[in-house]
Amino acid sequence: MATALAATNHVALADLKGKVDPDWCPGCGDFGVLAAVQKALVDLQIPNHNVVTISGIGCSSNFPGFINTYGMHTLHGRALAVATGVKLANHDLTVLVTGGDGDGFGIGGNHFVHSMRRNVDVLYIVMDNQIYGLTTGQTSPTSRVGMKTKSMPFGNVEAPVNPISLALAAGATFVARGFSAEQKHLTELIKQGIRHKGFSFLDVFSPCVTYNHDNTYQWFRPRIKKLEDDGTYDPADWMAAMGKSLLWGDEIPIGKFFERTDVPALQDAEPVLNAGPLIHADPRIPAEVGRAFVEELM
Amino acid sequence: MKKTFAVGIGGAAGQGVATPGDIFAKIFSRRGLHLNAYNAYQSIIRGGHTFLTIRTGPEKVTNMGDRLDLLIPLNQDAMDRHLGLLTEGAACLYNADTIKPGIAAAGVELCPLPVSELADISRNKVAQNTLAVGAGLSMMGIGFQAVEEVLGEQFKKKGEAVVSENAGIARDGYDYATAHFNTFAWQLPMTRKRHAVLSGNIAMAMGGAAEGLKFYCAYPMSPSTGVLHWMAAHARNAGIMVRQVEDEIGVVNMAIGAAHAGVRSMCATSGGGFALMSEGLGLSAMMETPVVVIDCQRAGPSTGVPTKTEQGDLWQMLGAAFGDYPRVLAAPLDIGDCFKIIPEIFNIADRFQCPGIVLCDLLLSEGRLSVDPQDLDFAPVIDRGELITEASSSGANGDGAYKRYKITDSGVSPRAIPGLLGHTHTAASDEHDEDGVLISDEFTNPTKRRAMMEKRMRKVAGIEASVPPPELWGPRDAAVTLIGWGSTKGVIEEACEILIEQGISANQLQIRWLVPLHGEAILDILKGARHTIIVENNYSGQFARYLRSETSFVPDGYIRKYDGEPFMPHHIVEAVKEQLSGKSTLSVPAHEILV
Repeated sequence: MATALAATNHVALADLKGKVDPDWCPGCGDFGVLAAVQKALVDLQIPNHNVVTISGIGCSSNFPGFINTYGMHTLHGRALAVATGVKLANHDLTVLVTGGDGDGFGIGGNHFVHSMRRNVDVLYIVMDNQIYGLTTGQTSPTSRVGMKTKSMPFGNVEAPVNPISLALAAGATFVARGFSAEQKHLTELIKQGIRHKGFSFLDVFSPCVTYNHDNTYQWFRPRIKKLEDDGTYDPADWMAAMGKSLLWGDEIPIGKFFERTDVPALQDAEPVLNAGPLIHADPRIPAEVGRAFVEELM
Repeated sequence: MKKTFAVGIGGAAGQGVATPGDIFAKIFSRRGLHLNAYNAYQSIIRGGHTFLTIRTGPEKVTNMGDRLDLLIPLNQDAMDRHLGLLTEGAACLYNADTIKPGIAAAGVELCPLPVSELADISRNKVAQNTLAVGAGLSMMGIGFQAVEEVLGEQFKKKGEAVVSENAGIARDGYDYATAHFNTFAWQLPMTRKRHAVLSGNIAMAMGGAAEGLKFYCAYPMSPSTGVLHWMAAHARNAGIMVRQVEDEIGVVNMAIGAAHAGVRSMCATSGGGFALMSEGLGLSAMMETPVVVIDCQRAGPSTGVPTKTEQGDLWQMLGAAFGDYPRVLAAPLDIGDCFKIIPEIFNIADRFQCPGIVLCDLLLSEGRLSVDPQDLDFAPVIDRGELITEASSSGANGDGAYKRYKITDSGVSPRAIPGLLGHTHTAASDEHDEDGVLISDEFTNPTKRRAMMEKRMRKVAGIEASVPPPELWGPRDAAVTLIGWGSTKGVIEEACEILIEQGISANQLQIRWLVPLHGEAILDILKGARHTIIVENNYSGQFARYLRSETSFVPDGYIRKYDGEPFMPHHIVEAVKEQLSGKSTLSVPAHEILV
């Protein structure tokens, strides 16, 4: 997702503080994601009125209310569709989409796949806690096989989706994974995702301290391994990224899996936007164009 | 009675019914004649049976009518289905090599064309169609020059050789008919008028382009797909962003996103797609982001009959999305109105920041009508309502001065688009306070909920005041008042004319604005009516039930049709007579033309 520059005034963290404080449970991974997004916007000096933060429904989807940018708190699973409309109507805006694994990979799965192949220029941050939180603890599309929840009390028998492999297969042009307890690393990935022109997907391990007792901070810490620490890893290599995406267990990679810059973002692929954002266009079409439309019918 | 002339062309899908239809339509329209075309077809790409009726005349033609003057069956099946319905003065032009005529009524002229003698059918597979076009036009008294001109345009892309080959074949058909067949008693006149001929789908798409639409998205679904096709083909000239989306849920949400960012945004679908959109309509209402959704009704439920018409989606529109919220719902009355209604509904949706629904149907969406080009106004009034598109100097960042959902007397709160300094706010699908902060989680507050609910619902009064009440057309104190809504306007109008000719005075109340309905004005009109009948294209009388729920009004009778085909004037005329004689209060006319 590429950003508009034009920082006339200095953007400070205080400018990004929302009208209300987050109502997430103490210790929720989402706090770390919020802090990293705010820090990234300050680092990039993007004025908050040029940013739209768009979410669906769920604990993490309450995000737009906790940050002072333009916000849209939409329907469950529909944030990417709404965000696509926003970006195409005004591509000068920096569009951030925030939500959870159920919202994005479950009910919103169709939009997730198609937004990636469309290469719409947004940064999509999924706060992936492998559980449904706001509905008080049911199995999510990323819950591991065997996990016991209120909806699968004898253990999950369905294989989880692999968001990174799915994103790579669907044609996302920027694919990364972060961990909410790794603030500096996460902030850096968010900045890269905002700068990337095209669809940026960032899956973030954001532990649910209330309902997920399997995938805790303690569980993740010894397993995560930053791709950036491997000097030989090349994020331009799609096959290598696919290979890394399949790692799960004692070693779980985080970092930038993949980025390509040779695919035009949707707004650059559509000539109708060449003259600038649609919101600035004259609402009236030229009289001669209207006449030509009628002439075709005569 | 108005003079009209109707041509019917029948054949299998893929046999080329459309091309002779287009040629006739263009020739009629260029003679300054009005026309109405309706194509009865099935959900099949090759085969089946399609039947195109083009009815023309010097005055406005509002429906397919009751009578065929010229039948052109392109195969035996079409001959067998339709010949028996021709009456005195009509003619049937057919390929004598491949089609056997059946028994025709007295006064019907059978006109066999020796196709293989007149044309090289091994070279030109549709020679029979072109011969018939030429022959038909000769019998109507139209000079050959008109045929040449239109054929030239029709086949221009295929090159000069194809144009001259087809012109030659048409000429042979023309000359053969001149030598062998009688001309029609009524030779088609000419007027100095010029008409545009278009479908309802094209009309709605062009209406969008005219009112400043900048975003259109859709998922293909018959019979709404024509809107997408026009939009896609003309998007670059019209400056409209057009997207084909993965499903209708994505469609409505994408449209709302674009609208929220500040542009006019629209989408179209049919009943099944609309069902998927309904949660999104609630989002539009709750975030107070105006969006216009077109529903082109087809016969339901479920996949139903994808290529047939019905007025069966009314209650879906009335009940779409849970909860109470202001909405606008309008049904265009004819194809010209499909164009006009789009700017009107956008202005209301924008002013009152709510969803607007256009309830069209297959009959209008895919039918074609001649329209005065002056009625296709590309400079209609554009009223965006209380939309803030520039940052004011007063709105310093973060001072909390701007309240997106400010409680006002009108219920309308000034709407700032994203990107403006000093107006940051969150628009939420959850219930929220004036500043957009959620009240639905830990902050739940009954006083605030009530205040926001009442704020939104206050817009209903403003919407009602901005929409005109319906009017009664025709003589006062008529023996019968026919009440319809949307696309039945033309056929009811003609039924009234026929009834009046037959000595039964009849008038018409046609509803265009369904929400708001103006129930009291309707009651005022109907309280003096002598005999009221509600006419609609569905099984259960959806409008009758809606009218009763809003006004307690119960009519004297009902005429309903739910076989997939539109009403023809005689269906209504005969049903009215039956009901006036006291034989019935519910008539369901049979559709005699089996297509």
